[in-house]
Amino acid sequence: MKIGIVDSGGANLNSIYYSFKRLNIDSFISNSLDELSQMDALVLPGVGSAGKVMETLSNKNLDSFIKETNKPVLGICIGMQILFDYSEEDNTECLGLIKGTITKFNKKDVIAVPQMGWNKVECMLDNTLDGYYYFANSYFNKNSDYTVGYSTYGNQFSSIIKKDNLLGCQFHPEKSSDAGEVFLKNFINSI
Amino acid sequence: MLTKRIIPCLDVKNGYVVKGVQFKNHEIVGSILDLASKYNKDGADELVFYDIGASTYDGVVSKEWVKQIAELINIPFCVAGGIKNLKDAKNILNNGADKISINSPALANPNLIQELANEFGSQCVVVGIDSRFIDNKYIVYSNTGDEKTIKNTQIETKAWIDQIQNLGAGEIVLNCMNKDGVKDGYDITQLNIMLQNCDVPLIASGGAGTKDHFKDVLTKTESSGALAASVFHKDLININELKDFLRNKSINIRY
Repeated sequence: MKIGIVDSGGANLNSIYYSFKRLNIDSFISNSLDELSQMDALVLPGVGSAGKVMETLSNKNLDSFIKETNKPVLGICIGMQILFDYSEEDNTECLGLIKGTITKFNKKDVIAVPQMGWNKVECMLDNTLDGYYYFANSYFNKNSDYTVGYSTYGNQFSSIIKKDNLLGCQFHPEKSSDAGEVFLKNFINSI
Repeated sequence: MLTKRIIPCLDVKNGYVVKGVQFKNHEIVGSILDLASKYNKDGADELVFYDIGASTYDGVVSKEWVKQIAELINIPFCVAGGIKNLKDAKNILNNGADKISINSPALANPNLIQELANEFGSQCVVVGIDSRFIDNKYIVYSNTGDEKTIKNTQIETKAWIDQIQNLGAGEIVLNCMNKDGVKDGYDITQLNIMLQNCDVPLIASGGAGTKDHFKDVLTKTESSGALAASVFHKDLININELKDFLRNKSINIRY
């Protein structure tokens, strides 16, 4: 099995690469349409800002590829956010695969922005995925038709989404210790 | 609700984990990869790798160490030490760090904070502050890695915290110098003063000696986490046991 990590321009793509390596899974970091087309599954990694990520994807013609693919896709953090219609971050039109918007945490509702640290996730589909995961985000989706996991920071927000071949998580499974490894194995098993 | 974070810091000099008292007399206390792996297993919520020599000898933290640690651990990983520009930061992040922490280079060039936040996002940019109570004021010190280079910047800590937040810092590690390595508790007074105008997560550093010190700083201040070095390196406190202890005190701690 080969997993393609989509190089959407940000730094630290190795973090997710190393986590697959620890699970003995081959993954490849690439921004080439040809290479990514040959992969069994794709990961949209959690680095960068909405505007820059969308710009990179569009420059490499990867935006339409991701929209049309039937391969399993895992979007992490910003990689999940760009699956939605629109993000307030850089006022960005995103991929539009999931109806909904990404908004910024309001400083009035929360102790600090960004949300940085370990938060509890409750997963409606599979309670073996319940647990503490690592978050580092200033933007979030409140709720969507496809939200299957919730967390609370000030207010409740979507921490896991699932629609057809798309899985998204607002947290960083690659940085979430044992819970994160269970989450990633779950994704791998679905491929 | 976020859990309170327990963060071991590897203070590294010349390839070894070292510890001094109030920034002086560094002694070797362990090997980098052994300790990183142990803390990861023991339930640390994050790991900080701090090359304390880097700013003082004008170098940048070794990316080879960053890569090896990043391959090993599955928790957030922050790297500090002599990161002076976008290129340095990108290099460290590409080798597997999740966040970069800057201290003296931010004092020399505050705009660096903004450049880093624009390029990598605020969640990636931690600013470390070495703050000392002197002449009835809290003052920021720079280049604290060596007693020969240490410098009083004349900047008041509170003003600096305002400035770095405006520039886009995503997190602050406040190292209370009067408490560094003396193990008689975190500087609750200073932390509470600084937290008053802090909208980003603030991590307490300096003074941990007992489990009760962690309990105190996490119950008497709004700090997002507590950082410590020597009590963990010397195995005076085991992270697993510490987290059990804090959980029993009804503090929100990750399992």
